[in-house]
Amino acid sequence: MSERPELPRLEFRDPARARELVEGLRLAVDRVEGPPITLMHVCGSHEQAIARYGLRSVLPRGLEVIMGPGCPVCITDVPEVDEAVAIARSGARVATYGDMLRVPGSRDSLADAQAEGAQIDVVYGVDQAVELAKSSSGELVFFASGFETTAVATAAALLAGVPSNFSVLCAHKYIPPVMEIVAEMPGSRIQGFLAAGHAATITGWGVFEGFVRRQGLPVVVAGFEPLDILAGLLRLVQRIVAGEATVDNAFPRCVSKDGNLRAQRALWQVFRRVGGCWRGIAHVPNGNLRLRDEWAALDARLRFRAEIASMARQAPSALVSRCVCGEIMAGIASPADCSLFGRECLPSDPVGACMVSMEGTCRIWHRYGTRTRPSDRVGGPR
Amino acid sequence: MCLGVPGRILSIEGLVAEVDFWGVRKAIRLDIVDAPVASGDYILNHVGYAIRRIPLEEVAETLALYEALIRLAERDDLMARDVRGEIAAGGSSAGSALQAAGGEPGGGEIGGGDV
Amino acid sequence: MKRSSEARIMLRHGAGGAAMRELIEEVFLPGAQPLSAGIGLEAMDDGAALPLEGGWLILTTDAHVVKPLFFPGGDIGKLAVCGTVNDLAVMGATKPLALTCSLILEEGLSRSVLERVWGSLSESCAQVGLPLVAGDTKIMGRGEIDGLVIATTGVALAPRPISDAGLRPGDQLLVTGTLGDHGFAVMATRHALQIGSELESDVAPVHELARIALEIAGEDLVAMKDPTRGGLASALTEMARKGGVGILLAEPRLPIRPEVRALSELLGIDPLHVACEGRIVMGVRAARAEALVEALRRHPQGRDAAIVGECVSERGGEVILETGFGRRPLFELDGEPLPRIC
Repeated sequence: MSERPELPRLEFRDPARARELVEGLRLAVDRVEGPPITLMHVCGSHEQAIARYGLRSVLPRGLEVIMGPGCPVCITDVPEVDEAVAIARSGARVATYGDMLRVPGSRDSLADAQAEGAQIDVVYGVDQAVELAKSSSGELVFFASGFETTAVATAAALLAGVPSNFSVLCAHKYIPPVMEIVAEMPGSRIQGFLAAGHAATITGWGVFEGFVRRQGLPVVVAGFEPLDILAGLLRLVQRIVAGEATVDNAFPRCVSKDGNLRAQRALWQVFRRVGGCWRGIAHVPNGNLRLRDEWAALDARLRFRAEIASMARQAPSALVSRCVCGEIMAGIASPADCSLFGRECLPSDPVGACMVSMEGTCRIWHRYGTRTRPSDRVGGPR
Repeated sequence: MCLGVPGRILSIEGLVAEVDFWGVRKAIRLDIVDAPVASGDYILNHVGYAIRRIPLEEVAETLALYEALIRLAERDDLMARDVRGEIAAGGSSAGSALQAAGGEPGGGEIGGGDV
Repeated sequence: MKRSSEARIMLRHGAGGAAMRELIEEVFLPGAQPLSAGIGLEAMDDGAALPLEGGWLILTTDAHVVKPLFFPGGDIGKLAVCGTVNDLAVMGATKPLALTCSLILEEGLSRSVLERVWGSLSESCAQVGLPLVAGDTKIMGRGEIDGLVIATTGVALAPRPISDAGLRPGDQLLVTGTLGDHGFAVMATRHALQIGSELESDVAPVHELARIALEIAGEDLVAMKDPTRGGLASALTEMARKGGVGILLAEPRLPIRPEVRALSELLGIDPLHVACEGRIVMGVRAARAEALVEALRRHPQGRDAAIVGECVSERGGEVILETGFGRRPLFELDGEPLPRIC
């Protein structure tokens, strides 16, 4: 028995309103002649929602929605995975989010290490990892992947206090800098960005003001229900068509201009931003989060310094060096441009991270297949 | 991952809330939620932490936002059709009409103003 | 890419999806003696059917490794019996004849746990009127096996076997009840997640639903499957592939409990990939679909039965989900989202 109002949730999934928003998109897009309107989203959860509700099958033909480097699994760099694997192989217990389990490093993934006997635990949150540490006699390392939305949870957990056998291998990333990189890439056709609603819940939409000024491209912050996404896309198309470089908040129930100040305080108390590599994108200034010096005691990179230093620095296999996930994530290549796609690189046997992650572009392409993707659109193949 | 799911607070003990997600209950931490919360409030849960108190009045705001967008799209289309008609008839006000159809400049919520 | 895992068995090989199928095709099938007549291993159906004089012998075998042993709505003993009865039922054998049971126990297992599991298993057999006729017991050292494993074989007679390969364009697809209850109920129980829920497993013997289907639809009942590991998505993908048809599935029509939806969102797991242990997916010629769903709904186990999809001649081997907002392909599971639920 419960008297929860079903109404609010259902209204964000009303198919009738969805059809109206799709029609609005069609009207807006059809007014424009020439090449398709190209926009990018930078959030794996947006791609999940788009795929899960089948939204691409109803988007108008003149609109291209590209997924950028917003899948935290895909952009976790090879050395970071290698570090996790080395720590696992040294006998420490490693707790990880499930989607990181099968991502290959330069050779192996955590799942490979697990199959050889390493103790790997899949967790749904950092608190679970802390509980595991409390009930473990040995070391427990939390492989902290994900963007700022997830990093705040890691920060909060550390601030609340963790047992002494707990440490963090930090692979968190910070999204806004990578949008600049992608916008400035030669060959980029991106005309606007759909920003991740949950990350913006933390950072606020104000962080994008500088970006739109510098790049002259509009940004719309969008939520994750089907109506949220369609509304966000519609707003972004309207801005692009009108030539306006602005920030719009299409997710006001969760996002404010300044964001969640309390979460931000926790975040910057624990982490600092450093430049670093995003898998396939190369260097992103201020895009990586690392533990501040005050937290060095909980830094797995220091605690397991010896194991990491002695891990065999394997050169990436020849296959890995042919992987073009970076260009795909930047929206300047498609999986079809990759010589490995569908041949040496498959969901069951992935080379690049874009194929491992459920939200990865290559994975989604492979499942849709070039055969089904165009014909899934309204009006048939282009 | 428990990603960005809204739920309703049933009870609070210290920094931990028992939250109802449509029949399923989970303990969610309140360490970093952005506003004081009480039983009955809706929160956004992300990997076991509340990251936002969702004011119920914002739900109506969001629905109004969808309506506004749809109306804008239809208005744009109507004006565009008018304009195309004018161009075809040799009208000179086409340029300014298209600009006006573009919507409000500047940032912020659609419809203007903060909630 | 060749990695160290290529030479090893991984958890995903037991998920009921593509990886498991490949393992069967690559390792198990090549050595197996083919059947001269009937439904054998290479059909990879829910059971085997051997022709006898005047009928068919239906056989099935299963192992049960669910953890925890006791979960809301049932336990490993009940699961073992129902799983076997249901596998026989979806092959067309609605009067199970006999059950055998092998137990592998870990040294140190509590005797009262064993007695409780056995009590539940016996009671489930009694409810179905199924004699347990043979068994075996092995003990492995502490740590060499986890608690308790049950392996069962069931046998029955059937007038004609129903395979999972009989779908044709135009056929309708029915499910007999809500989806994903078992897997999510087991998952929610795992202490580490700290999830509170009253969701119970749907574990139950559903041979009576199969009997109703045979009675109402007769020869128009063309395919049956129980959507266990891999969930409805895996079951339908197999049926589509074996029948050479496409399946259009209407998501708004799928019966799913609100708690299952909530767990699905919290855990990021699709209910269509999650095991049911008291449900049947049926393929029936269109003319009998309405009559069948109404008859199922009159039975307490089939209250939430629904027509959820139809077969088409295009996109053979594929399942397309109409979400209400668009459409997308529905794929069988590749990995293992929920370990040790069956």
